[in-house]
Amino acid sequence: MAVKVLDRRKMIWVNGLLLALLVLSIVGCTLLGPVRLDLSQALQNIFSANPDAEILFRARLPRVLLGVAIGGGMAACGVVLQALLRNPLACPQMIGVSGGASLGGILGLIFFPHWLLPIAGGLLGEISWVPLAAFLGALLSMVLIYRFSLFHGRLHPYHLLLSGVIFNAFIGAVIIFLNSIVDFYQAQGLLFWLMGSLSTRAYLTVGFIWAYIVLGFLWLWTKGLSLNLITLGEEAAMQLGVETGALQRQIFVASSLMIGAMVSVSGMIGFVGLMIPHVMRLVVGSDHRLLLPASFLAGGIFLCWADTLARILLTPAELPVGIITAFFGGPFFIFLLYRDGAKKLAL
Amino acid sequence: MNPAIRTENLTFAYKDKSVLNGVSLSVERGEMVGVLGPNGSGKTTLLKIFSGVLRGQGEVKLNGRSIETYGKRELSRVFAMVPQESQVLFPYTVAEIVLMGRASYHSPLALEGKRDLEVARASLELTDSLPFSDRYLHELSGGEKQRVIIARALAQEPQILLLDEPSAFLDLKHQVQVFQIIRRLNRERGLTIVAALHDLNLAALFFPRLVMLRDGRIYRDGSPREVLTEKTIDEVYGIRVRVEKDPSGEKPQLFICPSP
Repeated sequence: MAVKVLDRRKMIWVNGLLLALLVLSIVGCTLLGPVRLDLSQALQNIFSANPDAEILFRARLPRVLLGVAIGGGMAACGVVLQALLRNPLACPQMIGVSGGASLGGILGLIFFPHWLLPIAGGLLGEISWVPLAAFLGALLSMVLIYRFSLFHGRLHPYHLLLSGVIFNAFIGAVIIFLNSIVDFYQAQGLLFWLMGSLSTRAYLTVGFIWAYIVLGFLWLWTKGLSLNLITLGEEAAMQLGVETGALQRQIFVASSLMIGAMVSVSGMIGFVGLMIPHVMRLVVGSDHRLLLPASFLAGGIFLCWADTLARILLTPAELPVGIITAFFGGPFFIFLLYRDGAKKLAL
Repeated sequence: MNPAIRTENLTFAYKDKSVLNGVSLSVERGEMVGVLGPNGSGKTTLLKIFSGVLRGQGEVKLNGRSIETYGKRELSRVFAMVPQESQVLFPYTVAEIVLMGRASYHSPLALEGKRDLEVARASLELTDSLPFSDRYLHELSGGEKQRVIIARALAQEPQILLLDEPSAFLDLKHQVQVFQIIRRLNRERGLTIVAALHDLNLAALFFPRLVMLRDGRIYRDGSPREVLTEKTIDEVYGIRVRVEKDPSGEKPQLFICPSP
């Protein structure tokens, strides 16, 4: 009788399949939209004034690419946070960094909504200060929560979870307060920003986020084996050779940086980071060496399609993508849970 | 040859509550030692210091080398720990759990190699857990689960196996089964074993050397007959017992005489 375990064939097979699906999704979602495009027309004259190419490459592609990065990043962060915080309900929205980013972004929107920061002296275009303010907020809240949760040189999972949740509740109150004192027009803008959106036309932003998310993900992936062990509990992980203190600090900082960057450009897009890890655990198992890349790819695929639906369902209006993720993701997750939850979830 | 473990005046305190008050203990290679004592006497703390979870004051030497010089990875190839109970957060199969014992033998970036699989398989066989290697850990009964955890500890190929009341949550049959497995590992493979134990009668039956702790100090250290006396039990646990021989006539067995 052979012992069945994760082997190289399964790694390549699962990740290869998901990668192929991701590429197909990127192409498919770029082609789908409220406006019908003449593809041959768009591809023939990319560099001349060409409305088809304009829509395809300036409006849709950057948005699809951003969606893939955010979806993948959220799912990967969800996987590691659920292991780190020892809580299957953990998600990127929970650890306080997202609240800090929201507050930073809101303050940016209130105080300097129109400032632009030229990149490389304006040669590479300009980016808004709002995401930068949001990222600053994320960094500050990360430092605060880290300090709150550090006892005797180690990050305690429950302290981390609690201080994150309480910090977010507090920030939520501050945001609602700010929202009530600004004028109606501004309040509308804040609300829209908070709901989260993937609309972007700036390849610069997309490029930054991609580099950031991919590097962050690769780094988390190197911790896959240790993440397996830490789900057995801190003591067991130590006894199996993991320097748990260092691991917890590194995972918290890395995922916080990723989440801060993601919330800064796209607001709070919920559900991907909570649901995709569970779905993928049911599909590929709990070994983080496979679970992490599979969730990253699946998260990208999922958000890519969710955002496409958000764009086309109510043409010409647009739905917030968070509504789509919850609306389609929720029932699908319940279905999987119902089908083989008792056996495959450690309940 | 240096003893497998040697502690010199080991102390430990949680904040201001002292738990170990100067323990000097030496365990030779191939020994099988049961550590006894009431709740809070320091048994578990002692095992946690050995396995690198806690750091005590005083000296702990493994094979003649201070424990401070061992990294977690290296330490996990010297000691393997079997806790009272193991909980997993997410569904892992038995095979996956046992292979986790190999984590400090292969690169953190790699999958398990051929030798890791062989060792895991052998460990499953030694603990009679091979038949359910494809099932999820959380589906197993308490006794099966504990055998799997012992298999994981064996997969670490440790020099010393630590067990913290390994049969605390098991019924009588599975308690005996666990102790038989441990004894077999000690006799056939020369594995050094240190176990914190609650059940004094089972300890007397299976362990040739017993160490009785009281208030963080070693109170008695010797064979079951030397350690488990009516006087010692009264002094350490504060209860009256009668000590008789087991049917083979070699091991002491305790009969509790509650005050009427």
